[in-house]
Amino acid sequence: MPRSETEIGAGQHDFSAALLNPELPLPQGIVGPHGKNAFKRFAVYRNNVTVSLIDALAGIFPAIQRLVGESFFRDMARLYIAKEPPRSPVIFEYGGGFAAFLERFEPLARYPYLPDVARLERAWLDAFHAADADPLHPGSLGAIPPEHLAGTTFIAHPAARIVKSGFAAVSIFSASREDRTLEGIRPGDPEDGLITRPLDAVEIRRLPAGAADFFTALIAGASLGEAAGETVARHPGFDLPSAISAMLEAGVFSGCSFGAANSEETA
Amino acid sequence: MSQKTLIGASALAGAVAMAISGATFLASTQGAAAATEKCYGVAMAGKNDCAAGPGTTCAGTSKVDYQGNAWKNVDAGTCTTMSLEGGRMGSLEPLDRDLPA
Repeated sequence: MPRSETEIGAGQHDFSAALLNPELPLPQGIVGPHGKNAFKRFAVYRNNVTVSLIDALAGIFPAIQRLVGESFFRDMARLYIAKEPPRSPVIFEYGGGFAAFLERFEPLARYPYLPDVARLERAWLDAFHAADADPLHPGSLGAIPPEHLAGTTFIAHPAARIVKSGFAAVSIFSASREDRTLEGIRPGDPEDGLITRPLDAVEIRRLPAGAADFFTALIAGASLGEAAGETVARHPGFDLPSAISAMLEAGVFSGCSFGAANSEETA
Repeated sequence: MSQKTLIGASALAGAVAMAISGATFLASTQGAAAATEKCYGVAMAGKNDCAAGPGTTCAGTSKVDYQGNAWKNVDAGTCTTMSLEGGRMGSLEPLDRDLPA
């Protein structure tokens, strides 16, 4: 007899709940050959699921794993998986809540920079899998008549991400990924990170003061004049030319356009 | 919005001009973009490229020689002129040939 959709839904819910919680009974309908009890078989499957998710987290957050040590990382990952199992079948999207989890994870309270390092790692992988797009060609911006620059708006490159941090997250991220020690890094120095993928390789940069706010405003659709004005008001020392240089070099945007003429340029 | 700071058109134009006149960066951006292209169907098994880095494992995962959907970075302009074993040619787009079973 065909089962109703509610029955199938409930069965799937029990199945996935039992996969992550060994205390729960064997899901209904799971049997071995000749109708035998499949408790051990299910335990093997459950273990494989957890181990593969721990491996995935270790692959997505290699800098965190190196900073806290492999065995600590794997134990912690197991707790995270139980709390926040994947919601997408696409495993490279997993771990969106890992940084927030680290923030509340008591044993790491003395390492408050770890969540932002995790945010950089997650952004790195988002950028890696983002759609390809040619970065804005400097000549396209240069071709805009000076009187239209203030009203010029930009199209964000699909890979561009900004992570603002009250800690030296970018330096710690880079040192950990390149297998260097943290010697000489002062964790309390605030650093904002910019992640882009102008061609095939993901790039990460430390942004000078104000640039993160400037790019965030432009990405949100503010015009060049508005974004520059707001940023200078908040960061009096803001260096506008070098921020524009950095955004062209890093590929933060894929196009720009101004007012009525609307000359959209994408390379 | 009472605190709004206005930046004059000439200051903006100056900033953009200054940003763009960084000759080293112009050369490097265009140079890097022109140096290589993704070429499908030319890599030997296990020798395909990927924008490799931690958290990814796609480099070196092709299963067969000249796999059509695996690419390798080659010098720009050389991909489609490559002729390979068995009359195969490189392609800038993924190919249906030589896919692993």
